Amino acid sequence: MAQTVRPGQLELAPPGLGQRLATAVKVFFRLLAHSKAGFLGFLGVLFFVVLALAGPIIVPDAGRPDMTKIYQPPSLEHPLGTDYEGRDVLKQMLRGGRAIIVVAVLAATLSTLISITFGALAAYAGGWLDSIIMMLTDVVLTIPQFPLLVVLSAFVKLDRPWLLATLIALLSWPTLLRAVRAQVLSLKEREYVEAARALDLGTTRILFGEILPNMASYIVMSFTIGMTAAIYAQVALYFLGLAPLAGENWGIMLNLAWVRGAIFYKDSLMYILAPVLAISLLQLAMVTMSRSLEDVFNPRLRES
Amino acid sequence: MRQSTPIARAPMIPQLAARRFASVVFRSYALRRVLKAALTIYLVATLTFFIVRLMPGNPVDVYIHTLISQYGFTYDDAANQAAALFAFNPNEPLLVQYWAYLRALTRGDFGMSLVSPGTPVTSVIMTYLPWTLFSAGLGLLISFLLGIMLGMVMAYQREGVLDHILTAAGSFFQSIPNYLVAIVIVVFFGVQLGWLPITEMRGAYSPGMQPGLNLAFVKDALYHAALPILTYVLTTIGAWMLLMKSSTLSTLEEDYVTVARARGLRDGRIMRSYVGRNAVLPLFTQMAISAGFVVGGSVVIEKIFVYQGIGFILLDAINRRDYPVMQGIFLIITFAVVAANLLADLLYSRLDPRIRVSGGE
Repeated sequence: MAQTVRPGQLELAPPGLGQRLATAVKVFFRLLAHSKAGFLGFLGVLFFVVLALAGPIIVPDAGRPDMTKIYQPPSLEHPLGTDYEGRDVLKQMLRGGRAIIVVAVLAATLSTLISITFGALAAYAGGWLDSIIMMLTDVVLTIPQFPLLVVLSAFVKLDRPWLLATLIALLSWPTLLRAVRAQVLSLKEREYVEAARALDLGTTRILFGEILPNMASYIVMSFTIGMTAAIYAQVALYFLGLAPLAGENWGIMLNLAWVRGAIFYKDSLMYILAPVLAISLLQLAMVTMSRSLEDVFNPRLRES
Repeated sequence: MRQSTPIARAPMIPQLAARRFASVVFRSYALRRVLKAALTIYLVATLTFFIVRLMPGNPVDVYIHTLISQYGFTYDDAANQAAALFAFNPNEPLLVQYWAYLRALTRGDFGMSLVSPGTPVTSVIMTYLPWTLFSAGLGLLISFLLGIMLGMVMAYQREGVLDHILTAAGSFFQSIPNYLVAIVIVVFFGVQLGWLPITEMRGAYSPGMQPGLNLAFVKDALYHAALPILTYVLTTIGAWMLLMKSSTLSTLEEDYVTVARARGLRDGRIMRSYVGRNAVLPLFTQMAISAGFVVGGSVVIEKIFVYQGIGFILLDAINRRDYPVMQGIFLIITFAVVAANLLADLLYSRLDPRIRVSGGE
């Protein structure tokens, strides 16, 4: 083993991780620029992220309940009308995105971590490890996620963002894992990975140094899909009143508008429509972005 | 075929026999799928058992405690009462209880409802499950059939006006959560425009209707299921259209289609027997995933339209903390989804022998 060539000894040293990530980000934007819809989706996601960060700063206070002004139609003072306690709907809308997006980001981070680690491991190691991981993935994939989440909510008080995020993430990784595994399987056969293997760089180094940096766009895509799933699940839980209705977010607004009967008032159309529209647009933006990434980045995946 | 090497280097006889058995199981696609399905159901049943029995503040302890503090039961009486309701004996070791629970499940015994005493969970399930199977199944079927038809049209008229409109509409409805579509239907068409009598359409069938297989009842059931079905179709049809379009496009490039054209076969026949049949095959695996999604989503959809199916009753049981009903419904939903998966995979491997040969990956 004395003659192993170290990468540093070669004249063409491989680029560092930072440099590679910069390239990956550049590639990501180039890919997005290819499709108008994808770019629009990206702008939409950006808008909602900025809203989540800045919303509660712009509107530091949601306003006090005012029983003389309940269920008012949209006016100059209250552009989206008022809710069942006379609070301004627009203010709640501006403040209510953060909680949703925070949980979505937490859940997506966790499920992306799980699926990338084990998906890459399964694809790279192969053999019995692959079989076991895939078996487990198939089992979790077939368990109906949302009913399980609903049942779990009867036992666990979902009052903390990280708890909600963890539960959602623990149920939503299988689809991502399958996609990551397929991707690593195809990357594994590329020349540069073969070369790294010939240099005897070790599994960890090859996985994290060679394969994963080349999946950056792909990871962004998985992350977006994970966020979509998390938003679907958590808003549904809030809407059904299965997660505590403390604090303010679009899911809770939806629940209160529904339960307190706002849907039956013609004046309250904007009150119930505002969270519906916001959540739909957010989902639409993320799906559009991830789909155009998928199209450009890996058209083969869609067929399999 | 990567699994064939271990057999060659196994000289010992008993090991050889075991390996041969394992390899028979592994090679048979159907057997492997059935085993996987059984394993899933077993794991879910186990998970449910331990959630209900071992979680802090688990329902059994809570129930025993309520009986003692509110109704003045002695511990033994309370424990016996709980045992009868939850169909287990709390004095036995956990493993024995677990075994008894599994045996009861195989008999289809899910225990008794806590909130309505004397009602077996099985009868609750039998009352409400058919409505979910009816509405979700019909929704899936309509969506699938319409989706593959539209998908083929889109592929044949690629880049046409219809293709662009349907692609946009399909992706739009696909990305919006299905319960939001349901809410918008209620708010817009039910309340604001007043086109739909949403309060009258609630329930699985009209009060006073005698369930039976006659035209009037079927019509009534369809009337009440119409809005859930519409929601399921709207939110799943996009996926079918887009999948069918891409599948058709790749099938159109196959040699046998070119040959069929060269033979001068009529376009309609090529479309049906050559393109359609092959293009629809890859969609079958998607059917199972879609079924799971629709059944899962039915929890919210049935709540919104007040449609008394299994999802509606699951929420009801959760709100009333009726744990045996909750547990039973969750198990039956899992069972339904696993069975749908199994059926779809087996059907697919029948229809497309390539799957069985290459190992189903």
